[in-house]
Amino acid sequence: MELQVLLLFMIFAAVVAVEIEDLLSSVIAVGAVGLGLSLAFLILKAPDLAITQLVVEILCLIILIRATIKKDLVLVKDGRWLFNTVSTLVFICFFLVLAYFALKELPHFGQPIMRVAKEYIAYGLQETGATNIVTSVILNFRAYDTLGEVTVLFTAVIGVLAVMRKIGRINAK
Amino acid sequence: MQNKEPGMTLIVKTITRLTVGLILLYGIYIVLHGHLTPGGGFAGGVIIALSFVHLMLAFGKEFALKRLSQAAIAISESLGAIMFLAIALLGLVVGGYFFFNFLSKGRPFELFSAGIIPWCNIAISLKVGAGLFAIFTALILFSEARQER
Amino acid sequence: MIEFVLCLILFCIGLYCVVRKRNIIKIIIGLGIIEYAVNLFFILIGYRAQGRAPILAKDQTVINMVDPLPQALVLTAIVIGLAVTALLVAIAIRIHDKYGTFDITKIRRLRG
Repeated sequence: MELQVLLLFMIFAAVVAVEIEDLLSSVIAVGAVGLGLSLAFLILKAPDLAITQLVVEILCLIILIRATIKKDLVLVKDGRWLFNTVSTLVFICFFLVLAYFALKELPHFGQPIMRVAKEYIAYGLQETGATNIVTSVILNFRAYDTLGEVTVLFTAVIGVLAVMRKIGRINAK
Repeated sequence: MQNKEPGMTLIVKTITRLTVGLILLYGIYIVLHGHLTPGGGFAGGVIIALSFVHLMLAFGKEFALKRLSQAAIAISESLGAIMFLAIALLGLVVGGYFFFNFLSKGRPFELFSAGIIPWCNIAISLKVGAGLFAIFTALILFSEARQER
Repeated sequence: MIEFVLCLILFCIGLYCVVRKRNIIKIIIGLGIIEYAVNLFFILIGYRAQGRAPILAKDQTVINMVDPLPQALVLTAIVIGLAVTALLVAIAIRIHDKYGTFDITKIRRLRG
């Protein structure tokens, strides 16, 4: 029951974040969505994710506020209101039709299939020695995922440093 | 009131001086106990990065960069990546396949157990913490360079 | 089933924001909302009713646990999402520095 209330709160905050005109208020509203997501992870018995989502949301909020603060917050006027809205709604309806067929095939809420995870839970402690099963999955059974994640993070850092370079090499000469 | 010093007011600086060590300590705790309790390298790395971000927001960029210079950020980020790869390759050398858990498992529910997992956690936390702090530093330095122009 | 539908609505709000809005910061926010919805969807699939967190405790045999595999996948996805958001923000700041606006239609107009 509390999960549905929390999801409705997240939807409300997301609508506020999308529709409000002030950019700073919008960023703060998306922070509310993230904190609600952190609480939802806690209810869904995922404490690792709750901690990670909480701290990541704080850093994400700081970075986004850094991008919007001290900028001229001009209102962006929309031209061709009708055409844009109708085409967007058609796109979303197409997506929803596809999602309907997918939702029919899903297992019911609360009854996961767990064909792979059964082995991880049964042999996790004796194979790895870690009592936190999630850690044993990401660092022992499926460590290639983590290797790929580290690579993506490294690439993103290099990308940010390249974009944020003070003067381009061509202009410096 | 014109405040000549960089950073925020005296109240914020005093509170920061009291809390930043605790935040850093909590991050290190989360990393080291990643295989026993919720947490791990990702969350702990982000908390370590947040402690330095906290320092930079309160005291200005010179103070924080004196504590952790840009060269140190670059070194620790590369060190994290190389350490992670080296652990994986050592598994290849010792046990015959990539990411082989070659250290002794130890007894469960103790700090030094689970073989390579705590070392991998330390490597990932170095990588994540230094990487995110580098991103934040780049954003701060860019916006200040633009204001000078 | 109602949880899946609510999660889908959250996804659609993010999709609407990405497709419809013209402000770059709004588009980044929409991508963030989509990312939240997808992460939540993974965890909802792995949830087991009256399950326990996938952490073993001393002197206890845990019978029914929630699925640890989606949690492990989402744990990496969250950090990647933060890095991607930072990269997008960096590009947005660069665009604002060059064109003086966040409006994507103006940016297209100013392209030589």
